[in-house]
Amino acid sequence: MNYNVNEKGYYGEFGGAYIPEMLYPNVEELRQNYLKIMGEDSFQKEFRQLLKDYVGRPTPLYFAKRFSEKYNTKVYLKREDLCHTGAHKVNNTIGQILMAKRLGKTRIIAESGAGQHGVATATVCALMGLECIVFMGEIDIKRQAPNVARMKMLGAKVVPATSGSKTLKDATNEAIRDWINNPVDTHYIIGSVVGPHPYPDMVARFQSVISEEIKTQLKEKEGRENPDFVVACVGGGSNAAGAFYHYLNNPEVGIIAVEAAGKGINSGESAATSALGKVGIIHGSKTLLMQTADGQITEPYSISAGLDYPGVGPMHAHLFASGRGEFISITDNEAMEAGLQLCKLEGIIPAIESSHALAIFENRKFKKEDVVVVNLSGRGDKDLDAYIKHFDL
Amino acid sequence: MNRIQNKLLGNKKLLSIYFTAGFPKVDDTVEILQQLEKNGVDMVEIGLPFSDPLADGPTIQASSQTALKNGMTTQLLFQQLKDIRKTVSIPLILMGYFNPVLQFGVENFCQKCAEVGLDGVILPDLPLAEYEEHYAEIFKKYGLLNIFLITPQTSEERIKRIDTASDGFIYLVSSASVTGSSKKFGEEQTRYFQKVASLSLANKLIVGFGINNAKTFRQATKDTSGAIIGSAFIKELSENGIGGIAAFIKSIREV
Ligand SMILES: Cc1ncc(COP(=O)(O)O)c(C=O)c1O
Repeated sequence: MNYNVNEKGYYGEFGGAYIPEMLYPNVEELRQNYLKIMGEDSFQKEFRQLLKDYVGRPTPLYFAKRFSEKYNTKVYLKREDLCHTGAHKVNNTIGQILMAKRLGKTRIIAESGAGQHGVATATVCALMGLECIVFMGEIDIKRQAPNVARMKMLGAKVVPATSGSKTLKDATNEAIRDWINNPVDTHYIIGSVVGPHPYPDMVARFQSVISEEIKTQLKEKEGRENPDFVVACVGGGSNAAGAFYHYLNNPEVGIIAVEAAGKGINSGESAATSALGKVGIIHGSKTLLMQTADGQITEPYSISAGLDYPGVGPMHAHLFASGRGEFISITDNEAMEAGLQLCKLEGIIPAIESSHALAIFENRKFKKEDVVVVNLSGRGDKDLDAYIKHFDL
Repeated sequence: MNRIQNKLLGNKKLLSIYFTAGFPKVDDTVEILQQLEKNGVDMVEIGLPFSDPLADGPTIQASSQTALKNGMTTQLLFQQLKDIRKTVSIPLILMGYFNPVLQFGVENFCQKCAEVGLDGVILPDLPLAEYEEHYAEIFKKYGLLNIFLITPQTSEERIKRIDTASDGFIYLVSSASVTGSSKKFGEEQTRYFQKVASLSLANKLIVGFGINNAKTFRQATKDTSGAIIGSAFIKELSENGIGGIAAFIKSIREV
C-alpha cells in the first residue's frame, strides 16, 4: 500500500477538498502550482538556506542516555524544540511564505491553537515584510498569553475567535471565512496537515525535512537509516507527518502516533480522535473527526492547546484505518509527569504536546536493542504556566 | 417537472427566503414556511443547522447555534416536514453543510427529502467533482435538484461546467464574502450580474448573499431571475418573531 497522497488528493478514502465554491479558485491555484513551485531550484535553494541559517537546521538527533536507561531501550530525541521560535511549526511557515510570495500574495492569514504556529507565521511575515493576521480562539489567547505577546511584538494582528468552543477549530473557521472574504491578495498558511488538498500534502512535504535529517543522522550514529520506531504526538499531525514521511512506505519502521486523551478517553473531555472519531468532513477534508451522531462537530479537550483539535489530518486517518500506524492516547496527567521527568533526566523542558509522545514509554514497552526516535516537537517555555499550576511549582 | 423548474418558467422576479430550521424556537419550522407562502414568497431555503458553518457570517452562525441548542437535528427536521405538502406548495430547498448529510447517509437523506416533498438541495461544501463522481445518480433517482454556487472569482470556463451540471438555477453569490455582509453591494456587483447574465447559460440565475432590503433586491434581480434573502430575514425573526414576517416581505416587494 502507498501512504502518500494520490493524484486526486486522497490518502485511501481520506482527504479531498470539500470546500465552498468561494474558495475553489484559491485552493485550485495552489493545487496547480505547489509541486511545480516546490520543485524549482530557486525555491529549494531559498528554502534550504533559510532552514539552515534562520531556523537553525539540521536540528540535533540526541541520544537520551538516562531516559533510555530508565526505559531499557534506545531512545533518540529529534530536537525540533531547538528550531527558531521553539517548535517544528516554522519549517512549514518558511515553506509557505516562500510559496505565497511566488503566488504574488501580499496578505497572510493563519490560525493558531497553542500559538506556536501563530508565532512561526508572524515570524516569517516579519522576515518577508508581509501583513500578518492570526486568528486564535478566545480561550487559547488566555492560556497562551506569552505567545500572543510574541505575535504582537513581531507585528502580527491577533484576532480572537469568539464562535463555538473558542479554540483551534473555531480559529480555523474564522481564518477560512477571512479567506472567503479576501480571495485575491491573501494566502492562508495552515499550520498542520489538515484542510483541503493540497494543504495536507504540501505541509507534510515542508515538514518532511525532519525525517530526511533523521535518516542521515541515524546512519551516522547507529550505522542504519531506519529506526525500529518513530514516535510523535498528533494534533492535526504535522510534526508527526514530518517525522514519519520518509518511513511511510517502509514497513520495517514502526510508526507510533500519540493523541491527547485529555482527562481520559471516556471522560467526555478528550481529543483522542482515532478512538472517538468517525469519518466526516472538517475544514475541507474528509477524515476522522469527533462528532455527534447528527454530524455536529464536538468540542475537544486537552491540557495542551496544540493537541486540542477534533480532527486529524487525512494522512493519519489513513495510517490509522489501514493499521499502518499504532495509535496511543495519553492523558493530561501522564503527559505532565512525562514532561517533568524529561526535565529531571535530560535537562530538557518539553512542550506539553511533545510530553504526550514521551509518556508512552510507561506502558508501551520496547526491546532493549530497539532504536526509538521520538520527535520532540517543541520546547516548554510557552507552557510554564501550565506546568507551574499542575505541579504547584 | 420539479416545482423549482416550474417556478422558473415565468418572468416574475423571484423572492426566495433562507431561514435556519429550529430558530428562533425549535418548532417554528412549519409556521414560518406557511407564513412565507402566505405572504407571497416564491421559494424557500430551509437551513439545516451545522456546528461549523464555514461560509456563513455571524448572523447565521448564531441562528445555527441557537437551533442546535434548541435540539434541531436532521431527523427532527424531516419529522417536522412530514406533512408540509398538505399546506405549502412553493418550492422548498434544503440548505446545509455536507457532514450532517454524510452522517445521515446520502441516500437515506435524499430518500427522506423526496418523501416529504423537498425539491432541491444546496450543500456549499460538497464540491462539483465529488458530487458528479459519487452522488449525482442518487440525487437524480429521487428527483432532487442539486444547486451549485458561483462567485465573482469563478472562471467563465467553470461557470459553463457548472451550468452543464445544473438543472434548475445557479446560485450567484453576490461578492467575495460569507453570508450577511452587505458592505460589498455596489456597481461592481451590478457589472458582475450583467456579465454572467450575458453568458446565455441554460440555467436561470438567482442571486444570494448581502441582499437585505427592497433596494438591494431590485439591484440583484435587474439582470437575473431572483434573489435570496437570508441574514436580514434571520435578524428580522430575532427582533420581531414570526409576527414580523408579513411586514418584512412587504418591505422587500414594495416598489
Ligand atoms: C510543540 C507542538 N507540538 C505539536 C503540535 C501539534 O501540531 P501537529 O500535530 O500539527 O504537529 C503543536 C501545535 O501547536 C505544537 O505547538
